[in-house]
Amino acid sequence: MSGASGAIDLSTLTAAHIREGIASGQFSAREVLDAAQTRIVEVDERVHAFLQLTPELAEEAAGAVDAAVASAHQAGLDPRDTLGPLAGVPVGLKDNMNIVGTNTTAGAKILENHVSVYDCTAARRLLDAGAVLVGKCNLDEFAFGSSTENSAFGPTRNPWDLERVPGGSSGGSAASVSAGEVVISLGSDTGGSIRQPGALTGTVALKPTYGRVSRYGIVAFGSSLDQIGPFGKTVEDCAMALQAIAGPDPMDATSAVEPVPDYVAAVGQAAAGGVKGLRVGVVTDLLEVEGLAGEVRSLVERAASVFGELGAQVGEVELPSAEHGLSAYYIIGPAEASSNLARFDGIRYGYRAHNPADVLDLYMRSRAEGFGPETIRRVMLGTYALSAGYYDAYYGQAQKARTLIKRDFSAAFERFDVLLTPTTPTTAFKIGEKSDDPLGMYLSDYYTIPVNLAGNCAISVPAGLGSDTGLPVGLQIIGDYFAEETVLRAAAAFEAAVEFDSRPRIRG
Amino acid sequence: MAISEEQVRHVALLARLALSDEQVAHIGEDLNSILGHIDTIQQLDLDGVEPTAHPLDVVNVTRADEVRPGLSREDALKNAPEADNGAFVIPQIVGPGGDEA
Repeated sequence: MSGASGAIDLSTLTAAHIREGIASGQFSAREVLDAAQTRIVEVDERVHAFLQLTPELAEEAAGAVDAAVASAHQAGLDPRDTLGPLAGVPVGLKDNMNIVGTNTTAGAKILENHVSVYDCTAARRLLDAGAVLVGKCNLDEFAFGSSTENSAFGPTRNPWDLERVPGGSSGGSAASVSAGEVVISLGSDTGGSIRQPGALTGTVALKPTYGRVSRYGIVAFGSSLDQIGPFGKTVEDCAMALQAIAGPDPMDATSAVEPVPDYVAAVGQAAAGGVKGLRVGVVTDLLEVEGLAGEVRSLVERAASVFGELGAQVGEVELPSAEHGLSAYYIIGPAEASSNLARFDGIRYGYRAHNPADVLDLYMRSRAEGFGPETIRRVMLGTYALSAGYYDAYYGQAQKARTLIKRDFSAAFERFDVLLTPTTPTTAFKIGEKSDDPLGMYLSDYYTIPVNLAGNCAISVPAGLGSDTGLPVGLQIIGDYFAEETVLRAAAAFEAAVEFDSRPRIRG
Repeated sequence: MAISEEQVRHVALLARLALSDEQVAHIGEDLNSILGHIDTIQQLDLDGVEPTAHPLDVVNVTRADEVRPGLSREDALKNAPEADNGAFVIPQIVGPGGDEA
């Protein structure tokens, strides 16, 4: 990575480094922001992680952090005791999260130029912790996709190989961290949309338990599946971000009223050898799945031995119903999406078709002209699955299959604290490779989908570079409901053992 | 269970999507290919299995019935394609000169 951004290289700095550097006077928040903005100018024309930059909000936030340092000194206080936990940390938000002062497009033409009039709770909490919003990140339209190619505003490219996808749907959020443009970003995960791009870009990516983080202010996709979570270069960065965004929210009745533990401390325990005795289950039947690349399988098997060497009790387990996950998900996800997207009617916001003959024509043309092909496909699929005569055969069966998957996890967590699977069947694929093959694209979420259906938590942590492709491979560490502490502790111990270098050399 | 062109048109109407003939044909193919894969779910014997609508056993949440500030009218209309006099503008749907829909 070039050193053209001057003294500060964000690709080597964690959130904790930045806060400490600012508190100790080593650099200012303004200088950290400059480094982020310089890096974006350097690489984003090629990577296209961002749909929108927010320099005014960023300068205001960085200025507030620097002013807080000055006033701490004036009051004779140590800025370490007064700064927010993410003070001065440059961050990106997936562009399906509303923040006043930005546009929120969800990667969709129908929301082009949509002005946010309220704040997404999770995003607001991240910024209230002192983080500096640098911009809004690219995504597949309405988060429908696994490559970011479905964005109405052009694809994001993988910083490891610009001919390849970064995954999706939170591809811009993943790429922005991978390329060293920001230090932390937020994404949303309905069937793998945080973990899959995390794996493909060599970043750490966490999907919290359903309800752990408020969904208020996000453009809804699948309301029983969606969850917001962070990307970082390190497990600790993800823990710090989760600490900031987790907890109940009166604006989301499904947010969980569970106490928020000290996630950062859980990561600290890992450093002190904290996985001794941890019961780690390798999901063996999911390693026999057709389409799993040999280079991915061998790194997951190596990961299991790493846990053994660290003193964990490693055993084998099966999730026999997981094979029905994809089918259940491609009924439930589109069904919920078709219902959520009914709000795009050309009346209250969004694109409106010209010269409508009547109100029905206005609805029908605004939607058909405003939605991209994958959105139309999912809305059609969901509407069909919910329509009279097919509801029981599809939606009803899918909801029952969901119960089987929950039972599998529940049985597995009686014997194990965490489960290991690949995050994705392969490393990053080429742009265009799967764009005419919706089913092939859907298969890239095979390993991540069951966790959304059950609603528990999982992290993707880099396991190394594939021996055939030389591209990052993600290990998925799955935990029980509200077991983020355990998952983060396991991920941190693994991270320390494998010493993955998360910095791609951007080529092309 | 193959889906016919007529069914595609019916679903498009339910979904309020004005699709072209070309789109109807293309989406019909896509849906059949996807349904061909997910149809395996219909073969599962799931009699007696309780459906899961929601991952957590949540209960209804209520709050005190108090007046609180909400979105201002100005903000609510900020993104409207057409607004007038503090209201959203839509094509006429009732009264003389309105259509039959």
